[in-house]
Amino acid sequence: MVTVEHVDFSYNGEALVLSDINLTIREHDFMAVIGPNGGGKSTLIRLILGLLKPDKGQIRVLGEPPGKLTQALGYVPQNVHINDHFPITALDVVLMGCLGTGRHFGRSGLPRKACEKKGLATLERLGMAKHARKKIGELSGGQRQRVFIARALMTRPRLLLLDEPTAGIDSGGRRDFLNLLETLNKDVAIVVVTHDLFAVSGYVKSVACVNHRLHYHSQEEIQGQSLETMYDCSVEDVCRVQVLAQGLPGAGLKRSGDADGNP
Amino acid sequence: MEILNYEFMRHALAAGLLTSIICGIMGTLVVVNRIVFLSGGIAHAAYGGIGMAFYFNWPVIPSTMGFSLVASLVMAAVTLNNRQRADTVIGVIWAVGMAFGIILVDLTPGYNVDLMSYLFGSILTVPGSDLIIMGVIGTLILFLVVFFYNELMAISYDEEFSGLRGLPVHGIYFFLIAMLGLTVVMVIQVVGLIMVIALLTIPPFMMEKYARSLGTMMAGSSLLGACFTMAGLYLSYRFDLTSGAAIIMVAGTVFLVTLGVEKIWRFIPGTVHSISEN
Repeated sequence: MVTVEHVDFSYNGEALVLSDINLTIREHDFMAVIGPNGGGKSTLIRLILGLLKPDKGQIRVLGEPPGKLTQALGYVPQNVHINDHFPITALDVVLMGCLGTGRHFGRSGLPRKACEKKGLATLERLGMAKHARKKIGELSGGQRQRVFIARALMTRPRLLLLDEPTAGIDSGGRRDFLNLLETLNKDVAIVVVTHDLFAVSGYVKSVACVNHRLHYHSQEEIQGQSLETMYDCSVEDVCRVQVLAQGLPGAGLKRSGDADGNP
Repeated sequence: MEILNYEFMRHALAAGLLTSIICGIMGTLVVVNRIVFLSGGIAHAAYGGIGMAFYFNWPVIPSTMGFSLVASLVMAAVTLNNRQRADTVIGVIWAVGMAFGIILVDLTPGYNVDLMSYLFGSILTVPGSDLIIMGVIGTLILFLVVFFYNELMAISYDEEFSGLRGLPVHGIYFFLIAMLGLTVVMVIQVVGLIMVIALLTIPPFMMEKYARSLGTMMAGSSLLGACFTMAGLYLSYRFDLTSGAAIIMVAGTVFLVTLGVEKIWRFIPGTVHSISEN
């Protein structure tokens, strides 16, 4: 569905943030993107969305260059950019999802009524219907994330990209939230950028470790037989994939054949 | 109401109400987009336009508008491309624009504009023609904001997402700043620089917490501004005070009192939970 081939990226021609990235996201995948801060996780997501342009290499989303099929990708940004005092209700945030669909000059999107009906239905599906008229700043972190997911789902995307979605959620809420993603995953592929591999380990089907380079571990590898412990790309510069194995009952791990090979 | 027997008072009231509505609408967009500093920059740089009008003997309103429009679009371009440095560059344009205007006025032979009237305006001497221009600009702004409401809301709330949905984010931002430049210059002619800043910021900031949409924030801010204006005008009439300053002091006092009340409210036991937890 999404292919990334030999992609290099740097900000303003400085040191490479990402180098020679290759990645394929398949239908129905549920992928965790992990790695240290500054390792390029969010940058990778932004490249796929078309918010950034690669220096080298090629990215294709459903066969098209990024940024072309804006309806096919649903993006749930990191919470930190959003102004909590902004006078806007949960429903109005969701209705932003209608922007740009069937737009004609000066007016956005579907007719207001049709969009509103769809928005309420989407909130209902995420268990948020009763909060629709609340101001966004009055909602908890987890509720707010659901609102942003509802907004992203408005165009019926094929792939949902979430950047650190569990950052503002307590551990109990986190489990509910991941269960929700698992349910959504029946219809839509999901990519989650996260620090917290432990939390998502029981849910994801594949893992991409991003630390300037990318190491990909497919579902088969995660559930493979041999037990290997370290990869060179986690929060402390090493990727404790053993944690992942514990999250999957009876699963072991096999080393991915990466070129660097530093344990 | 004997106060309304004077024509200049009726004009002042009409000008104040129009200003409140225009500033309520634009101020809402200014506050939620965090471009108060940029608005200040436009307001001060506009003085450069006034200087040019006097020096070259051009008509004041068109040349000031042209000058501020250019200055505001330059500032908009800078804020788009270099967010970290934006405040510095705005500060430079702010200061240089104003200094440029003052120098040009100095160089204009035999003429001295009263800087005080630029700062505090002359709401008590508003001619009927200015009221008409304000009315037209106010209507235009109301129309544009209603028409582009969804777009303005979207880029104000989440610019990145709006861009992903294919909105011309930069175009809308320039449009917003140009509209702001136009308003600021228009309103300065009538009520002065300081009152523009006060009415652009104080009422919207007070409303932001309570409003559930940009529309209600705009309506509430306009109403609040209108109350401040009327109270301030009455006080200035009653106690013979500078009207612009009186209006601003009313707004500022109410603002500080409500802030204080909110703080005290939080210390009263029993109300703590209802506020912090919803």
